[in-house]
Parts: sequence; structure tokens; C-alpha cells
Amino acid sequence: MAVKFRVGQQLVSAVDSTAVIIIRAPDGECTLTCGGAEMAAAGEPVSAAEPDRSLMGGTQIGKRYTDQADTLQVLCTKAGDGTLALDGKPLVIQAAKPLPASD
Amino acid sequence: MRLTLLLDMAAEAFGHRVLSGPRSGGITAAQLAGRSHSGAGLVREHGAEVVVYLAVNGPAFPVALFAAARAGVPLVPLNFRLGQRQLDALLARHPKALGIADPDALAHFERAGIDAMTTDEWLAQTCVDRGEFSEAGAGEEGAGEGPAAVVIYTSGTTSEPKGVLLRHENLVSYVLGSVEFASAGEAEAALVSVPPYHIAAVANVITNLYAGRRTLVLEAFAPGQWLRTVREEEVTGAMVVPTMLARIIDCAEDKSVPSLRSLSYGGAPMPAVLIERALREWARVDFVNAYGLTETSSTVALLGPTDHRAALESPELAVRARLSSVGRPLPGIELEIRGPGGEILGAGQPGRICVRGGQVSAEYAGLGRALDDRGFFDTKDDGYLDEEGYLFISGRTDDTIIRGAENIAPAEIEDVLLRHPAVLDAAVFGVPDTEWGQRIEAAVVVRPGLGVDPAELRDFTRRALRSTKTPDRFWFLDALPRTETGKLLRRELPDAIHSCDAIHSRDGIR
Repeated sequence: MAVKFRVGQQLVSAVDSTAVIIIRAPDGECTLTCGGAEMAAAGEPVSAAEPDRSLMGGTQIGKRYTDQADTLQVLCTKAGDGTLALDGKPLVIQAAKPLPASD
Repeated sequence: MRLTLLLDMAAEAFGHRVLSGPRSGGITAAQLAGRSHSGAGLVREHGAEVVVYLAVNGPAFPVALFAAARAGVPLVPLNFRLGQRQLDALLARHPKALGIADPDALAHFERAGIDAMTTDEWLAQTCVDRGEFSEAGAGEEGAGEGPAAVVIYTSGTTSEPKGVLLRHENLVSYVLGSVEFASAGEAEAALVSVPPYHIAAVANVITNLYAGRRTLVLEAFAPGQWLRTVREEEVTGAMVVPTMLARIIDCAEDKSVPSLRSLSYGGAPMPAVLIERALREWARVDFVNAYGLTETSSTVALLGPTDHRAALESPELAVRARLSSVGRPLPGIELEIRGPGGEILGAGQPGRICVRGGQVSAEYAGLGRALDDRGFFDTKDDGYLDEEGYLFISGRTDDTIIRGAENIAPAEIEDVLLRHPAVLDAAVFGVPDTEWGQRIEAAVVVRPGLGVDPAELRDFTRRALRSTKTPDRFWFLDALPRTETGKLLRRELPDAIHSCDAIHSRDGIR
């Protein structure tokens, strides 16, 4: 089911331990999945789903994931085994642009 | 987006890592998360709507920051060196508080009728397991909603202190925009010398936590102690304000710092002569100059190590000049220079520095957000961008001297005076003048054991600048009124001058 996301929203996976927070949200409605199953809003009951074995590439904590067009950006807050995807297209890790520590 | 999200990620990914204090016996990420739950429970037991921190920096500070964040109440770090009247006035603004204080500061809370405990009691109490604290509704808050994470009172260099509200989203936005998660090596350690009521102290806690870097605190800054701590604790990074760097570079102690890889500075303008000396003293250290305000959740622009080295070595004048710049804006910050009518100015044209971005709060207690209709915050600092986008700060707009029709930035003249070997400190200011509107005067602190007369300083300034930028009068003081972090308290300057001996003002003999 396609939904409209907002910045700061937290989502959890139905197939593994992955959790993310929305950093940039697309304008329209879309579907965010992990391991092929739709992610649920954090705090709401999650009905465990069967993962799609071809979509189990894993997520890494602290990495930012984005779609090719960079309409959506999520930060992974808990790692898991699934692959994140937006409307069926896998998200990719956004390369870090390290800055020197200033505080 | 709450600050506790960052802490929970750290506890999840590197819970065993010590984040504050000594390598053995310090507080780990997992312990800090545990203490934040326990501390939040304490805040609730006391029915507190705010946590007021009135103590030196130390391990109690990050625990207080995250406990308050977990409880959904703001942390208000106050300056423990303020006078009783000023503290009473600030505490009166926070009646439903839980206080955390140094033992000798408890009396302030008692007088105000506020529940308080010492930092030691706070550390002991937050060790007690009170179960998990549930942050109801924390994930549901939209932009601009929810409680402030931190309230910092501005130092009030020109007016009464104002409470700057930093919301969770501002601070989280700053961290996510400037730090890569878990990017610090196991052996890295950052030394903090700024007091807890300074934005750099708050930023220091959250950025180092997210990077996974251990922080050590120097409760009271002294140059020898700073140098010894860097060597003994194998400190790899540190942040100092210019006055601290001046005292370190000037002191007679052993200045070897073999473990130090990076040194950032900010908080007040850095005299060019000082940073040049520091770069030569520690050629292997990476220097970072950061420019930011309390209202912008710390850094909005920075000059990195490569820029520092290029500036020191380049034959090109424009590149060399960048040592006096604060570098380029962070990726998450949009920066504009604006003219008197609000028009956007091009490279090389001086005007007001305005910024926009998720980390910009620009929100004051009781006053709301000071943003224009496009979401920009006017920093009230004057400056310009060079052709490649490097930002040069000329000073506070309010401090600009208007002599005849000419706008003169005190910083430019101060920088020249500080290059004179006999000058330890200098402040330049405008004084009402019937002929010119304002005339330029200077307050100077002479290095102990040295002497200089006004005529020599006048010639020295004229040779470097020009006659319209040469002070008409010099006042010789024992010290300038500055905040602990080195900001000049301009409103206290007239009193300091009037209490000095008029003869000294003429002949400059100490």
C-alpha cells in the first residue's frame, strides 16, 4: 500500500531487525520495503512476513540509503538482513562526504 | 527526530566503547544509554519540566543532556560564574526545574526553591536501574513541534542574555549533516575545554558520540594542564577558543603534542598572527577553523586542514588571505551575503551574513523564530565571500564604526595592533564625535615588562592600514573585559576605561 512519508518518521522491517528514519521524503505516495515486505511505522504492531530470498542484501547501521533519483533518503538506525527498496527498486548507500571535526 | 535516537544507535553499534572519561572506568555508549533512561525517570519523579545544569563540564553533563532528552524536557546549562543577581533572574525563569550543581552552587537552587543534587549524586543516582523510560509520542512530532532539547543563554556581549532554543531536530540535523556514524577509530580521544553552557560543549557531546569518539574534559582551562593532558591521555583531537590557543602558544612549558592530529578553533575571532605561530609550532597537526553561532547549532562554515596549509605556503595572495577566512559553508547550509536593502550581494561585496538550513534554530524563548519569509536567519555578523566561496567575517554589525561615511570593522584594526610585539590584547571601538560622527579609539593591554607609547602604536597602525583607520586615542588597561571563551564584552568596555588612570592613557607607561 503506497503511503506518503514525512521527515522524521521511523519505520521498522517486517522480515528482519532493520529500522530506518526518513531524512528526505518524496512528494507523492510510495512503498518502502525491506526484504520485499512493506515496512511499518515504528510503535505499531508488525505482522511478521516471509522475506523475499532475492532481496536479502543486508542493511548497515548509520548508513544513509537513497533511490537513484534521490527523492527519498533514509538513515538506517538498526541493521538487518533485508534489502531496502522504494517501489520495488533497491536503495543504494549514499557515499559519505567526511568533514573534519570542528567541535 | 530526538537526540536519543543518536544515543540508541551508538549503544546498538558500539555499546562497549568508552565515550566519556578515562579509557578505563569511563562511561560507555551502552552505560550512557542506561543512565539516560534512569535519569529521565528521576526527572519525572521530581515532576521537573526542565533540567538546569550549574556545574563545570564533566561526565555528569552528557548524562544530563541525554536524560533530559529522554524525558522530553530541555537541558539548560547556566554559567556558574555569573553573579548571584543574574543567576537568580535566570533561575526565576525555570521554576519547575531539577537542578544539577557543583557542591558550592547548590545554594543558588536552594534560594530559588528548586530541587537540586550535586553532580556526584546525579552520577550515583543515574546508575540505579529505573527500568526503560518510554518516550511517548516522540516519533510523532513534526518539524518545529515538541520540546526544545537545549536552551542556551547568549553571553549578552551587547545586551541582556536571551535564551536560544535548540530543538532536537536542529541538533540532529547538525550531527547528520556533519558527522559520519562510527567514523572514529578506537584510539581517538577529543579534549574539551569549553564550559558546558557554550554551544560548542553541547555540539561536542553529540558529534563525538555519533562518531564513536571518546571525550575528555578539562574542567578549568590552564595551558600547562592542557598540554600535559594531551600527552598523558594521548589526545588525538581538541577544540580551543582563540584566547586558550594564545595562552598555550605563549606559555613556557613543553609544547610537544605527539598524539595530536587535529585542532579546531572558533568561538571568537582568531588573530592572524596567532594562527600563523600555531601552524609553525605544530606543523603536523590538522587545523580546522569553525564559524558558527548558538542560534545555528554550532558550525555553519569551516576552513579545513588543506586550506590552512595552502594558505601558509601559497605564493598567491588570495590563497594566503584565506587563513583569515572561516572557510566554506557546510553542505547542509545555504549562505547569502545581503546588502542594506536585503539584496543578495556577489563575491567580494561586504554585507550581512544570512544562513538557512535544518540546523538553524534562530528561536528565542518568549520571542519566537527570527527567520525571514524565505527561512533565512540574519546572523548580524558582517562579511563577504571571495571568488571561490570562502567566507571572511569582518565583525558584528553592531560593532561597526562609521567614521565620516566610511564603515570600519574594529577587527581589522585589532588584528594589526596584535601584531605589535608589545601588545598582548586590543579592542577598537567608536566614540561619538562632533566632526566625524564617530572617531576611533583603542584599548590596549601591554605585555608584562614591555612598554609602548601611543605615537608608536599610531604609526604602526597607519603603516599597515591608513590614517582614517588609525585610532585617535589609546587607553592602556590591565585586562580587557572578555567572556571565558574570549568574546569581548563591549558593553563593559566603557566602565573598564573609565576606571583606568587617565595619565596612562596619555603616555602608555605601565
